[in-house]
Formats: sequence, C-alpha cells, structure tokens
Amino acid sequence: MSLRTPLGRVRGLGTAREGVHHWVAQRVTAVALVPLTIWFLWSALRTLVLGYAEAHAFVAQPMNAVLLGAFVICAFHHAHLGMQVVVEDYIHTRWLELTLILTFKFTCFLAAAASLLAIVRDRKSVV
Amino acid sequence: MSNPTGRQRPMSPFMIGPYYKPQLTSMLSITHRGCGVVLTIGMLFVAWWLLALAAGPDAYAQFLAIASKPIGRIVVLGLGFCLVFHLLNGVRHLFWDAGKGLDIPTTYVSGWAVLVISLVTTAALAWMLFLRGGAA
Repeated sequence: MSLRTPLGRVRGLGTAREGVHHWVAQRVTAVALVPLTIWFLWSALRTLVLGYAEAHAFVAQPMNAVLLGAFVICAFHHAHLGMQVVVEDYIHTRWLELTLILTFKFTCFLAAAASLLAIVRDRKSVV
Repeated sequence: MSNPTGRQRPMSPFMIGPYYKPQLTSMLSITHRGCGVVLTIGMLFVAWWLLALAAGPDAYAQFLAIASKPIGRIVVLGLGFCLVFHLLNGVRHLFWDAGKGLDIPTTYVSGWAVLVISLVTTAALAWMLFLRGGAA
C-alpha cells in the first residue's frame, strides 16, 4: 500500500512525463538486434557484396526476406530512440532539440518504409 | 529550461573537458554513443543498398562500384568497427540492465574484452577489404 496520492505518483514520473516505454523499447529492440545483427553480418553482408544475381537470389528466399525486414525494422526503431536520447542530452535549445528529434524520427521512418518496399519488390520480381 | 534556484547548472556534456580524468569506462561510454550515431547513418546506407538491389542489375552494379572505391571501403571499415563495438558493448549494457557485472573489476574486464575483440575484428575486416583484394 502506498500513501502517495495518484497526482503525486503521476508527477513522480519525472520532468519528461514519460520515459518507461522509451527505455523498454530501446532494450527490446536491442535484444532482438543481437541475433539479427549477427545473422546480417554473417549471411546477408557476405552474399550481398557478391553481385546482383547472388544478392537477388538471397533476398528472394522468403526466410531471408523476413529476417532482413525484421533487421531493418528493429534497427531503425532502435536508431530513432537512440538519436532522441543523444539530442535530449546535448541540445539545450528547445526549438532545435525538437526539430532534430522530429527530423531523425521522420528520416528513420521513411528509410525503414523504403527498405521494406525494396525487399518486397525484390522478392516479387523473381516470381 | 526552468531553474528554481537561479544558479547556472552544468549542462551535459560537462564531463568532457578538464573536470574528469578520462577513464576506460567513460571513454567506452561515449564511444558507444558515437558509434550509435554513426550506425544511424550506416542504416541509411543499408536502405540505399536495398533500394539499389530492387532497382535492378545496373543500379546495383553502380552501387557496388561506389562501395568498392577506396573511400567506400574506408566507410565500410568504419561502419564495421562501429557495428561490432556497439553490438558487443550493447550486450555489456544489457547485462548491466539485468544487474549483472556492475562491480568495478568486472566492468574493467568486460570493457577491455569489448575493446580488444572490436579492434581484432576491425583488423580482420581491414585485411579483407584492403589486402585480400576486397570483398566489395
């Protein structure tokens, strides 16, 4: 049982008024990225540099396409969360802080969408 | 930013400069952040790579030609170091989040391990990129 009032508990969440979800999402994507990055380094990277035919055949495999998509989603999600923390820590001018955070979030979202479209297109063009 | 006491408070990154002696722990911490920022840009290269692949054989050949230039190889090497370091040090952070390995001796052992493995891997990558004829 807590003697704190609901208002006190809400205020206790800190000056940013949120953060737990951000913290957890950064860790969840980090855990997912450990195996995905090892897979990306060993299998995707090695194949993709060989040339168009090999790279195309690699992405056309459903399992590879799914893992590549998962890697891209997790990496860009992790990236915009991380960039937000860096900007919040070092940029002390509010309008610039907000502008940079939004720029990084929009860039990561667009690049993730473009990457997924590229994977799907590459997979479809083989059939 | 509101400041009830009216005093000038130190703002991050105040730790960098004459106030704190550089230590392995703090240097690895800022390197982790630096690598994270570089990897965000690196992911944009990954997106470019996938888009080039989807655009067809000509676009892909063009991308590989740029990537295999000396400047392209240097970028790949830099990104490789950042990726391995951030991955290994990230696992170190996850152990800390679980409350493991937070004592000072363990922190130093894990720190040196991350640094040495990253540098050895980067040296191997440099050999692949520049001496063995190049993977890209």
